[in-house]
Amino acid sequence: MNVVGKPRRRVDGRAKVTGQTRFADDFALPRMVHLKLLRSPHAHALIESLDVARAQAHPGVHLVLTGKDFPVTFGILPVTQDEYALAPEHVRYVGDPVAGVVARDEQTATEALDLIEVRYRPLEPIATPEEALAKPEPRIHAYGERGNIHRLQAFQFGDADAAIAASDHVFEDIFFYEGNTHLPIEQHACVAALDADGKLTLWSSTQVPHYVHRALARVLRMPASQIRVIATPNGGGFGGKTDICNHELVAAKAALVLGRPVKICLNREEVFYMHRGRHPVLMKFRTGVTKDGKLTGMHLQTLVDGGAYGSYGVASTFYTGALQTVTYELPRYQFEAARVFTNKPPCGPKRGHGTPQPRYGQEIQLDKIAERLDKDPAELRLAMLAKPNSLTANWLRIGSIGLEQCIKTVVERSDWKNRYRKLPQGRGLGLACGAYLCGAGLPIYWNKMPQSGVQLLLDRSGQVTLFCGATEIGQGSDDVLAAIVSEVLGIDPYEVRCVTGDTGMTPVDLGSYSSRVTLMAGNAAIQAAQKLKSMLAEAAAEDLEVAPERISFANGRVSFESHSLTFAEAVVLAEAKFGTLGAVGSYSPPRAPGKYKGAGVGPSPAYSYTACVVEAQVDPRTGWITIPKIWIAHDIGRTINPVLARGQVEGSVYMGLSEALMEEQVFRRLPPKLSRALVHKMPSLLEYKSITSLEMPEMDTVLIEDPDPNGPFGAKEVGQGPLLPVPPAVANAIYDAVGVRIDEIPITPDKVMRALEKKAKGEAPRVGPERFPDVPYPQPLIVPPAWEGGDGSEVKRHDAAAVV
Amino acid sequence: MRHAQLALSVNGEAVETSVAPYKTLLEVLREDLGLTGTKHGCELGECGACAVLIDGEPQLSCLVLALECEAREIETVEGMARGAQLHPLQAAFADLGAAQCGYCTPGILLTAKALLAREPRPTPSRIKEAISGNLCRCTGYQQIVEAIEEGARRMDDERRR
Repeated sequence: MNVVGKPRRRVDGRAKVTGQTRFADDFALPRMVHLKLLRSPHAHALIESLDVARAQAHPGVHLVLTGKDFPVTFGILPVTQDEYALAPEHVRYVGDPVAGVVARDEQTATEALDLIEVRYRPLEPIATPEEALAKPEPRIHAYGERGNIHRLQAFQFGDADAAIAASDHVFEDIFFYEGNTHLPIEQHACVAALDADGKLTLWSSTQVPHYVHRALARVLRMPASQIRVIATPNGGGFGGKTDICNHELVAAKAALVLGRPVKICLNREEVFYMHRGRHPVLMKFRTGVTKDGKLTGMHLQTLVDGGAYGSYGVASTFYTGALQTVTYELPRYQFEAARVFTNKPPCGPKRGHGTPQPRYGQEIQLDKIAERLDKDPAELRLAMLAKPNSLTANWLRIGSIGLEQCIKTVVERSDWKNRYRKLPQGRGLGLACGAYLCGAGLPIYWNKMPQSGVQLLLDRSGQVTLFCGATEIGQGSDDVLAAIVSEVLGIDPYEVRCVTGDTGMTPVDLGSYSSRVTLMAGNAAIQAAQKLKSMLAEAAAEDLEVAPERISFANGRVSFESHSLTFAEAVVLAEAKFGTLGAVGSYSPPRAPGKYKGAGVGPSPAYSYTACVVEAQVDPRTGWITIPKIWIAHDIGRTINPVLARGQVEGSVYMGLSEALMEEQVFRRLPPKLSRALVHKMPSLLEYKSITSLEMPEMDTVLIEDPDPNGPFGAKEVGQGPLLPVPPAVANAIYDAVGVRIDEIPITPDKVMRALEKKAKGEAPRVGPERFPDVPYPQPLIVPPAWEGGDGSEVKRHDAAAVV
Repeated sequence: MRHAQLALSVNGEAVETSVAPYKTLLEVLREDLGLTGTKHGCELGECGACAVLIDGEPQLSCLVLALECEAREIETVEGMARGAQLHPLQAAFADLGAAQCGYCTPGILLTAKALLAREPRPTPSRIKEAISGNLCRCTGYQQIVEAIEEGARRMDDERRR
């Protein structure tokens, strides 16, 4: 291969280092006016009255919008259309927008916000999942299971409890993973404007222009064909720009009313309150193990703190258990999950979407299992790895698995065998693994259309233009697409012009989330490029007087042996022969084998795998943790551009480490006179701690190539999976260093100190949640695994015994 | 509020403009002079995205009033390239993956440029210290540190030539 696998400057690299990448807030259009949103100061309240007269009269104000202007709800998932662009009567978290002011400049709009008079009737805020379970009233939403329980799920893939009870060893552990937020350095921004022909265009820092497009049509009650959404390059996404945002809808409405461009850029505090980040999850793992270290069954219960709205929460809830089966052989599995509403900013997907939390628990529990069984944690895992081309208990089809090589690589490079459990007190090594999706098997809106489309246009100059809805969020999706097309056509990737993330110009790609772009848009790009390649081959073959299959494409030339044409010459011949040259390609994932209700979350065309070893140094006097080095190996299938792939792995390590050690999206209750409002403890970049260049350890990064037949050139994802093993590997390293278990994230010095004090007193050397509350999980859906006679469907309860 | 006259040098060119006196240098660069290469992530001096050089020193342009810059030399990312040719630091950043989303990149480039003006061949730990006020959420910093080292090498090579 000429392009794939070669380290290269990304195709948009020059723009990024010259400041020429145009982010949403860099747009300034003639006659542009500015929007600011008024947000609720109450965590939970009803709006009794809202008077905008003074704001409207303020000099320089053009428009004030309120909930009355937005009668239609929206939401990213079809089952949770539970948000209003501006809340008409019920506010559910501090920061819920209630009005929008459009003025000549930001300053004037901000002044006018103070002139809006809102009378609220405060309701009791629900702060925690325990409160949400205990207090069905006041209800945050009128829908959901009951009270403040948004969603309950229960599945039984084989009788796990029976298998666990019959095991040589039973492990029961409770873990907590605190919520945290994406913190992209670019704050969300958008500009809405009417085109010369009266249609609406929205430029927005979004990862999902297709879903924003759909939501605008719904909320504005306009035909979607009259709306164009352009995703500007995102200044970091990490999942934080995958939801439809209130400000996008309000800016669009204002542009329609005023007939002039309307811009908004959220400030940093607003970004913290918009959130949609990592769900706080409490988890209980009950796992059975044979004396030689094989898993017999696992029963996982999760309790998910959803915040004030649905967002992606139903999917996130499924993901707190969907992928526990794809790393290690697990013959029986029971999974119960609950998501509750609380009066805090809504949670949603952050890098790893719902899976880092249970991965944290699972990988620490395996460390405990290894210790009890007196086995090496790496050997324990290697002996129980899931098999390639296999089905899991919950009916996921696994293709390639490079996890064995990942584990062996980090074990060797970290000198694990000579150093684990052998380092001096205060220093330790920890190992953990993870797995992630390469795109979800099913789209958010179920339909039979492709999940990704690519269109190519060939100009007679030899220039190739690629059109695709995929969104460049910094991860390098334009570069992946250009690389794939240029590999097929034998040209230089810098010859490919990418037009991406524009619903008015590009075929639909569902967006940059769930690590789907390389695999899905990549396959669509291959298909389109191959169509063009065969036309070019046919035309060139005529000219060179050989059979088309003997024509080769490389280095910008189309050749047969020593006879060759330039790529542009071949294009001219093909255009003369076939007419204007273009081609489309599309991608739909293979059908998932699971047929039960709920089988839609978890299937993927391929799974990526990662193993990680963390070295930790813990000061026993202060609990201070330093991380000198991290070794990581990621099974990427095939590397498209090693420079970018390494960047994705290392960025994931950074983000996982930052979550493990310090990041937390946490709230405090204000006093009763301030309606006990739940406010963010640290909505600023200074106080919300994240790792800087000074704390970042040395990273040893290895890409493992085990090509997957479903990936383009065998490629799998690399943007999210490598985050997953980092937090549990940190926890396991701290145990190796000082012998204390911190069963919750973040792992801060005070927790380490508390655990060390307990250890000194002879108590269990552990800090973490002590109990798992009673959650009214329903009767599980019974889905027998394939090896117990199942066919992928649920069985009726009275038939269940017969099947097993 | 009445606008005030401001004369300063931006990327080696004399600029005269009239600005609202409360505006920060960041706002004047982006909104009045159209130099949107300088980014903002917090406007509170916390993230480093808005770093520019004022008389050669890295400063957070969100914390500097534009009027304080009267007669001073400002350098932004737009001033780094020589004609169409990238500055060696820019080229190294593009080649080595130091810019992912690219949002923190202008601030880090200028911070690095100021560092290399003081210390032409800094160690990795000196580089990490110099950019510790610039937050990057994409890279994990390692490729940035390597690109600054590589930029320093390329600048050295240029000087030798």
